Amino acid sequence: MTETIALTPERLEKAKEIIARYPEGKQKSALLPILHLAQEQHGWVSPETMDFVADLLSIQPVEVYEVATFYTMFHLEPVGKHVIEYCRTGPCCTMGGEEVYAHLKDKLGIEAGETTQDGLFTVKEVECLAACGWGPCFQIREKYYMHLTNDKVDEIIEELSK
Amino acid sequence: MAESIKILTGNFDVPGIEQLDVYRKNGGYAGLEKALKQMSPDEIVEEVKKSGVRGRGGAGFPMGMKWGFLAKPEGVPRYLVCNGDESEPGTFKDHYLMMKSPHLLIEGMIISSFALGANTSFIYVRGELMYVINILEKAIAEAKAAGLLGKNILGTGYDLELVVQPGGGAYICGEETALLESLEGKRGNPRNKPPFPAVKGLYQCPTVVNNVESISTTPWIVLNGGEEYAKVGIGRSTGTKLISASGHVKNPGVYEIELGLPVEEFIYSDQYLGGIRDGHGLKAVVAGGSSVPILPKDLILKTAAGEPRLMSYESLSDGGFASGTMLGSGGFIAMDETTCIVRNTWNFSRFYRHESCGQCSPCREGTGWMEKVLYRIEHGKGNERDIDLLVDVAKKIEGNTICPLGDAAAWPVASAIRHFRDEFEWHVKNPEAATKKGAVYQPELSLA
Ligand SMILES: Cc1cc2nc3c(=O)[nH]c(=O)nc-3n(C[C@H](O)[C@H](O)[C@H](O)COP(=O)(O)O)c2cc1C
Ligand code: SF4
Repeated sequence: MTETIALTPERLEKAKEIIARYPEGKQKSALLPILHLAQEQHGWVSPETMDFVADLLSIQPVEVYEVATFYTMFHLEPVGKHVIEYCRTGPCCTMGGEEVYAHLKDKLGIEAGETTQDGLFTVKEVECLAACGWGPCFQIREKYYMHLTNDKVDEIIEELSK
Repeated sequence: MAESIKILTGNFDVPGIEQLDVYRKNGGYAGLEKALKQMSPDEIVEEVKKSGVRGRGGAGFPMGMKWGFLAKPEGVPRYLVCNGDESEPGTFKDHYLMMKSPHLLIEGMIISSFALGANTSFIYVRGELMYVINILEKAIAEAKAAGLLGKNILGTGYDLELVVQPGGGAYICGEETALLESLEGKRGNPRNKPPFPAVKGLYQCPTVVNNVESISTTPWIVLNGGEEYAKVGIGRSTGTKLISASGHVKNPGVYEIELGLPVEEFIYSDQYLGGIRDGHGLKAVVAGGSSVPILPKDLILKTAAGEPRLMSYESLSDGGFASGTMLGSGGFIAMDETTCIVRNTWNFSRFYRHESCGQCSPCREGTGWMEKVLYRIEHGKGNERDIDLLVDVAKKIEGNTICPLGDAAAWPVASAIRHFRDEFEWHVKNPEAATKKGAVYQPELSLA
């Protein structure tokens, strides 16, 4: 069980470095960065992972739960290998987003919030990603994909399906 | 108009400018050298005051004045926190700045931290921009290795640690007290004010929060003097501003403009947006991020009094809520006549409902109601009372909440109805026509 919860030795080392950058007694400030680290490793943040993080920071588990549920970047359920988060906000829609996103969902055969049966893709709707003039856009993990068109979406999906 | 002055972006197109050696070869860190070796902290604050530079995060509060308010009790640490949360729809200028020239922000952070007497400072960046956070962290490591950060910077005895903090996906964390809560590892619930951050901010210590773009002006101000900065721009809108433009324009992107540039020139000149996409005409503009009132073409190009509208704090707000708007964060969204204002307003109201932290009932309930009613109208199920209901709900939110997100949610709705009421009425009276795919209200049809 623990290998699906704990951080790898390298990430644990990184977590300790992160904790050390805040003033004495303010280690709770490390919570968001460490949740990101945990999600980077496991793909999502499970209740067990949250307990592990609480332990690491010597805070109550509930302090982690209330934070992980507030911020939309944390996936609280298992997700596909590639999580496609597309911007549904005004400017991206003005730039042609609605059509491109409909094409994306058609192509994968799923709605926003769902995962393909092969577990390869999850599609999520998110709000403005601060790339308005370069829209429509989505992000997959750290990478931004901008100036999207239907053709570009096809290419990206094909590339990631390999 | 002549090539306008570039205070921030002058060397952004130099290949490799994100690297320390290239940044330095192009004049980078000269401001820092001057600040640390030739100036006292108070002298720097004085220059920033003289520059008249106003906060670029949205509210436009004079930066030097804010710095002057910072409490300085003996033995208590002070903090500088840079706001790189950038989540206001239409705004992507800080993203651009940090990605292109991380050392500009870092240099500004060191100068500003020195001026304020901070020894640990934070750059809070929205978590979605993890790739930008990595760029910043790499640049910080470079600066540290070169003795520009850490202990005894440039041999002057000044120490500074700079931490980049990721957010977790929450627009509300751009509000400065929510940001501080988030930085403390909590939910991003805005705090009641007072106390203001200048007295009790991060970890209950005196804190200054400034936007990425605001802080990035300090190297230039230190090098050239506040008076020189104040010569750029117009009136109380001194300096330059990054404008991030999106929507139906030929050249969307980020532009550094001198404040005072006519809106018409900004939209139609090839040097800037290059006009509206081929074959279409401008319908409306949201000039300063989704929170500011939307204006129809006539009122964005000219004030109600017929004066040319300028890209400045004063000119854009000329006419108040009746006929003006705000410069805000500089998120400039242009919409052509294919845009359905009702749909766009619904989209924005969904954003605010999603982003309300839920602490105050007028905001929590009001944003939910507005979204529901707008959804109804947009989807052909509205009635005429709904339009007044929206105006009423917007009014009840405004001014009745802990933080300005409530107002930010109310203004787009109130202004859309103020300026495009006939379009809302067309929707409720012609649900069938209005819900056809791509259907957009045409004023000339309504006469029939
Ligand atoms: C809902 C809300 C969101 C905000 N988002 C941002 C933001 O993303 N970036 C920012 O700099 N300021 C934002 N602000 C303004 C900040 O509260 C604060 O005024 C600003 O960071 C101060 O910096 P400045 O004076 O340099 O502009 C926001 C305010 C509100 C009410
Ligand atoms: S106005 Fe809205 S976002 Fe701001 S504190 Fe109240 S509920 Fe939260």
